[in-house]
Amino acid sequence: MTVHIYLDYNATAPLQPAVVDAVAEALRACPGNASSVHAFGQRAKAVLDEARSAVARLIGADPSEMVFTSGGTESDNLAVRGVAEAQLSAGRLHLITSAIEHEAVLNPVKVLGKRGWTTTVLPVGASGVVAPEALSLAFESLEERRPSLISVMLANNELGTIQPVAELAAIARSRGVLVHTDAVQAVGRIPVDVRALGVDLLSLSGHKFGAPKGIGALWVRRGLALQAQTIGGRQERGRRAGTENVPAIEGLRVAAEFASRTLETEALRLGSLRDRLEACILDRVPGTVVNGTPSARVPNTTNISFDGIEGESMVIALDLDGIAVSTGSACSSGTLEPSHVLRAMGLSPSRVQSAIRFSLGPATTEEEIDRVLAIVPGAVRRLRSLGAGRG
Amino acid sequence: MSGGVDSSVAAALLVDAGHDVVGVSMQLYNAEQGHSRFGTCCTLDDLLDARRVAHALGIPHYVVNLERRFEDVVIRNFVTEYANGRTPIPCAHCNSQLKFSALLEQATGFNADCVATGHYARVSSDAAGVFHLWRGADERKDQAYFLFALTQAQLARAMFPVGHMPKGEVRRIACECGLPVAEKPDSQEICFVPDGDYASVVERHLPADRAGLIVDVDGRVVGRHEGVHHLTVGQRKGLGLAMPEPMYVVRLDAGRKLVTVGPRSALDRALLTASGVNWISGFPPVEPIEAEVQVRSRHAAAPARVTVTGPGRIRVEFCKPETAITPGQAAVLFRGDEVLGGGWIDSPDAA
Repeated sequence: MTVHIYLDYNATAPLQPAVVDAVAEALRACPGNASSVHAFGQRAKAVLDEARSAVARLIGADPSEMVFTSGGTESDNLAVRGVAEAQLSAGRLHLITSAIEHEAVLNPVKVLGKRGWTTTVLPVGASGVVAPEALSLAFESLEERRPSLISVMLANNELGTIQPVAELAAIARSRGVLVHTDAVQAVGRIPVDVRALGVDLLSLSGHKFGAPKGIGALWVRRGLALQAQTIGGRQERGRRAGTENVPAIEGLRVAAEFASRTLETEALRLGSLRDRLEACILDRVPGTVVNGTPSARVPNTTNISFDGIEGESMVIALDLDGIAVSTGSACSSGTLEPSHVLRAMGLSPSRVQSAIRFSLGPATTEEEIDRVLAIVPGAVRRLRSLGAGRG
Repeated sequence: MSGGVDSSVAAALLVDAGHDVVGVSMQLYNAEQGHSRFGTCCTLDDLLDARRVAHALGIPHYVVNLERRFEDVVIRNFVTEYANGRTPIPCAHCNSQLKFSALLEQATGFNADCVATGHYARVSSDAAGVFHLWRGADERKDQAYFLFALTQAQLARAMFPVGHMPKGEVRRIACECGLPVAEKPDSQEICFVPDGDYASVVERHLPADRAGLIVDVDGRVVGRHEGVHHLTVGQRKGLGLAMPEPMYVVRLDAGRKLVTVGPRSALDRALLTASGVNWISGFPPVEPIEAEVQVRSRHAAAPARVTVTGPGRIRVEFCKPETAITPGQAAVLFRGDEVLGGGWIDSPDAA
């Protein structure tokens, strides 16, 4: 059986052994409900407090500003809908977002659009980066209407491109408009500091940096009014009800601490592996092109179009050869819909359909990159010889 | 792997025989948005069943999206045929142009040698390396009729693991292997037609002005119809006619929106012409041949004389008149259990 090489870290990351151990230990030793008064509850609360601090440290925030959620999607929903609904009484019914957001932002915005909100979608060019000027222009055309929220991601999941969130936030702040950033693909990969960014809300997802799936957080600037979406008890200061998933939160703590410690060295290591993978593919396989501007990217991602093949076919062919990659967002696989991110960049349909995302992580080694480089050219040749690029 | 018991057992048999098997399901239509309910096969539930079976067998499972190809090849043909007063066989097109074409291409891309399906049919090769196609061992389940358009190149890479078994045996194996689909009923309808409502699928693509007249064989008007696509040759029910004897659809003329009806005897014809003929051996016979010819999937093959009248064209003369020869259906030629080839019926009259 071929040993599998995992190059789909943007979809999710395997857990570090230390995280697995911490979660298992918490499952065994920390059975209490964090809301309980007694010793069992206090023990659980202590786990929550430690985790809150660790995650806050990872993004330069205050622990009291962290809201634990079930993951990036819930955090995005809470941010978009929570702010939109909280601003209803102020008569603000406009939202601004970008064309390359994850569906966990785009779809809540769409739903609000059906319920009376209006929206502006900031375009991106072939670079895969939102231009701050686009936001200035959007504001001008809005005139008197004040948006309740601007949501632009920090790093794009398909391309790895880093968006100019600090500049966008500065423009928004000058107009008195709140800014949310989906930082799911940035936290744990690049340094993130909410004060430096100047944003008001930030989403993160544990399983992208080695915590279990099903846990994430929304950072909410102190004093910001947010309408809770999951409503019941008073957990998370009334911002997100439900008995806390203590073992997963413990896993989040360990993963966050690990990410804090290793971020700089990993960024260098992964950046160099990614650059070599990318350069060699471009060199050895004709008809290849990188999607998204290479100069402003998280260090682990490269999105490459292979002329004359179907991305989905390539993913399967590589999987059968023991290499795990994807065509784009894992959430959209199996549908015929081409990547909305690549389409928003104005790329040709054949370039959109032939794109493969390679995303590296802690377990990726030089040897793995060597093996991938040994296999990819042959797979591409085989697929091209079939004319598999046809519909 | 369609999620049905036949393809599931086919996979199980291959795994058991030691083959390196990959389970592939075709995604043929978008069952989520745009279509409220779709089909009786290859739905999301069926894909889930296929995945569960693959998992139970320990083989990888992939879903290959062939929506566009399916739309272009199968659905378009389906609609066009009905619009032209013909009765299509989408499954035959799906076999030759998707399963053993597009899917075979995908398979080659993954370095696979063959595509195996759960069809009740058999393939063999002779000493000269020529491939032969045969009926399935189970008469009632035999699907050779739908595979007549396969070429030598396709047959060379086709496998039919359950073709030599009776259906009962297939179900028994499914139970023994503990496959999740062992008790699942067979899907009887065309996969993309919900509730057998062909008319709705077709009407989306037809002009609104479809109604016309029903005439008898002498040209006298005897009634009205709502569209030729509602009817097929040999149909008796649903005509809304009050006639002394039972009347059957004898001919559909889409151009003039005309339906011709006649007594049972008017359905009997001893001759048909067909085009788009495929010869399994790859070569048409030079001289006329004797063969048993099957004109509908549920008909028995009947003795006939087959003459090649041009490239891809044949004339079939039956020893005894056949009933309800229908343009759009296939005329499939057999010699005993062996499929010689077949073509698409143009007309139950001389060309």
